[in-house]
Amino acid sequence: MVRAIDLDEQSRKHILGVPCPEFAETAFVVGPPLARRRVALISTAGLHRRNDRPFAVGANDYRAIPGDTPAADLVMSHVSTNYDRTGFQQDLNVVLPLDRLRELVADGAVGAVAAYHYSFMGATDPTRLEATGRHLAGLLKADQVDAVVLLPV
Amino acid sequence: MGALAHYLEQEGVPTTQVSLIREHSERIRPPRALWVSFPLGRPLGPPDQPEFQRRVLLAALRLLERASGPVLEDFPDDEPATPEMEGWACPVNLPAPPQPDGLLPAVVAEIERLRPWYELARERRGRTTFGASGLAAEDTARYLSGYLDDPAPPNPRPEVKPADLLKLASEDLKAFYFEAAAAQPGASGDRLADWFWAETAAGRLHFALQKRLLTLPDNALQLLGRMMLVPRSQAHRAN
Repeated sequence: MVRAIDLDEQSRKHILGVPCPEFAETAFVVGPPLARRRVALISTAGLHRRNDRPFAVGANDYRAIPGDTPAADLVMSHVSTNYDRTGFQQDLNVVLPLDRLRELVADGAVGAVAAYHYSFMGATDPTRLEATGRHLAGLLKADQVDAVVLLPV
Repeated sequence: MGALAHYLEQEGVPTTQVSLIREHSERIRPPRALWVSFPLGRPLGPPDQPEFQRRVLLAALRLLERASGPVLEDFPDDEPATPEMEGWACPVNLPAPPQPDGLLPAVVAEIERLRPWYELARERRGRTTFGASGLAAEDTARYLSGYLDDPAPPNPRPEVKPADLLKLASEDLKAFYFEAAAAQPGASGDRLADWFWAETAAGRLHFALQKRLLTLPDNALQLLGRMMLVPRSQAHRAN
């Protein structure tokens, strides 16, 4: 489990000391019931297809992951060495739950799966993701996405 | 992660997220976040537990149906307990250090012993996460150990910077070891990490490389040595 209080002293100090951007207001967009929404996943695990360019230190770009990408085609090039990768090694759904999302659509709980999902490399100062994030919003809207699930590692 | 949620939502795209560090979400105040108590690296919780993962994903998605925010909720359950781990043992016997011929031959010998288990794991899982560096397993070890001496080895992928390639090689080598070792049932992530960093020549290669990179003038290589090669939780094993 990971409550900050349970981490080793060094990790706790590091994690709680990470600068967090603050926002005066929180935009909040409402939408239709979940059963009518089209959902995209965005991971910050540094995931990409095997033949894509790996992420570099300080990367603030993204990789697109087509919804039909087989799990076997995804690798990870995150720069951090301080999180568990064995879960991902065993089961992609630990970091990118594409199978779970498809099941929720099959059950009728969720409307549809987006054509594309996206990945960033999360060890970058989050304010450096602003321009890319806003650009990505346009791509998501063009894909009719009205629900995004953001997944850190 | 929370900042990205703000940017998307400001542009009109509704977001929800999993939060691993509650303290960060409290400060960033993204529109909707579901805090989970799982280890870093596992936002959906345990591998190969679809029912549990589906509950986590659906709980995060349900936050989209709230009328106002920001919303920060706690997922009620910890990761389910996994079977007793004490029985796990590395599938091969690795020779105890020191090996007379040096670190690289010791790592290459380990790779050869682990390879059948790596292949077995890959076959069972239908995939491998090894390969982001584009190098073969032995070549990841060769590239890493090449930096122990002057001059630095030639870069086999000139389009990737040396520090980035060293990092990719390091993660690929670890993925090879972790996937091979996990072919033996009952291995938790923590147990595998302790084994890699305490008992393998590949772990010792990492500690030696860390020490070496800290002496080099290149800033990117120093940063790699300081932050990205050895996990904080294993740093005490350096000597």
